Amino acid sequence: MTTDAFHDTTVLLKRSLRHILRSPDTIITTAVTPIVMLLLFVYVFGGAIDVGGGEYVTYLLPGILLITVASGIAYTAFRLFTDVSGGLFERFQSMPIARSSVLWAHVLTSIVANLISLVLVVLVALAMGFRSGAGVLAWLAVLGILVLFTLALTWLAVIPGLTASSIDGVSGFSYPLIFLPFISSAFVPTDGMPGPVRWFADNQPVTSIVNTIRGLYGEQAIGNDGWIAVAWCVGLLVVAYALAMSTYRRKIA
Amino acid sequence: MTTTPAIQIAGLTKSYGDHAVLRGVDLSVPSGTIFALLGSNGAGKTTAVKILSTLLKADGGTAAVNGYDVAGRPAEVRASISLTGQFAAVDEILTGRENLVLVAELRRIEDAGRVADDLLARFGLTEAAGRRVATYSGGMRRRLDIAMSLIGDPPVLFLDEPTTGLDPQSRIEVWETVRTLAGQGTTVLLTTQYLDEAEQLADRIAILHEGRIIADGTLAELKQLLPPTTVEYVEKQPTLEDIFLAIIGYDGREK
Repeated sequence: MTTDAFHDTTVLLKRSLRHILRSPDTIITTAVTPIVMLLLFVYVFGGAIDVGGGEYVTYLLPGILLITVASGIAYTAFRLFTDVSGGLFERFQSMPIARSSVLWAHVLTSIVANLISLVLVVLVALAMGFRSGAGVLAWLAVLGILVLFTLALTWLAVIPGLTASSIDGVSGFSYPLIFLPFISSAFVPTDGMPGPVRWFADNQPVTSIVNTIRGLYGEQAIGNDGWIAVAWCVGLLVVAYALAMSTYRRKIA
Repeated sequence: MTTTPAIQIAGLTKSYGDHAVLRGVDLSVPSGTIFALLGSNGAGKTTAVKILSTLLKADGGTAAVNGYDVAGRPAEVRASISLTGQFAAVDEILTGRENLVLVAELRRIEDAGRVADDLLARFGLTEAAGRRVATYSGGMRRRLDIAMSLIGDPPVLFLDEPTTGLDPQSRIEVWETVRTLAGQGTTVLLTTQYLDEAEQLADRIAILHEGRIIADGTLAELKQLLPPTTVEYVEKQPTLEDIFLAIIGYDGREK
């Protein structure tokens, strides 16, 4: 059964990767908004923002990476929605294949597409003066947490992908996720925020994830942030996966 | 040909909230025949097809396809069927050939490429094989859709309103395909809201109305039941179509 699921997932993954190759605009569109934000904040607002030493681009990058993922998963929802509304989803579900492979192929495609977008954003950051002396292990940890975050948001994106009744509904769900980094330590330190805002910023997932990534490539101690970030990502993943699967079961017998 | 019916439904019910879509449907489709389920929009045709193709669970009653219970043996049911839904379920970004190869690979056909090429030739799509499906006409999409459903030679084929939205030529092409299939022993359950389609194709016709089968029999049997006004409508429609086809010089073949 598992070899069946593996075979079917591979065949369907090949299909959606072909979609990405044929419409690279989806990846470029995903990367453009974060890149523009990066340029805007570093070259326009950056001069007025005090992050306590170091290049602002280095400070800003983790938040921009999370925004990249948050906008990238809108396309995951869109690709799934296209399959559902066009009838391909039902065709696959009525075929003698491992049914879970249909969703998994979309999820894995989402990881691949988001990683490509993330690489594009990092390349632009490098061109803007971002530097890191961190070793392979620290970068692997950064990669790990980004993949975990992408996986969690991807399963969240599966829900509108399965249930949305229009294209607008599909992409709309990602807007709050894109704005979440603004009320966190992603753009400016939380110290200067007024009480309740600061409390929210300090205790929402983006801050711990951003601090962890920043600490990892900045070769600084990350303290408890690392575990808090992993706990947030795993927690989000478990909840999103459970919700996505219950949505799926309600959709298909 | 076996004596077990290809599709056997008894007392099938399905509701969405307070709305009862199927209120006790009984049907028996003999193997190797074309069976038309006729009904207006919202009569429950698609719901019935979805239950038979294991996409939806029934609230009550039983349904078996190719001898397998849809609730108890869904994997065997899925191995016995192909579903062609109301809208052509094709991948727009892939080419026609890639669509066929995709399904063949999922069905673990040894020589996926050859099967794809054979079907492309059979459905007059060889020239368009390398083009993205997004560029196909409605008729070409439907032909590709049906071709995809034939991969792996499933003994039972569900066609849910296969000609809705097609122009008359494409419609006739779909009909010819269905006839050929039935000639080879495939059982076809066809849903349609077009009376002439059922008349043209089906060995047996059942009329689904407000969630119940209100008539079930051969065309000759049903004709005696239909009120005269409806008979008039049935006879009129092909006449206009004949005129249309004659004017545009279509003789049932592709050029």
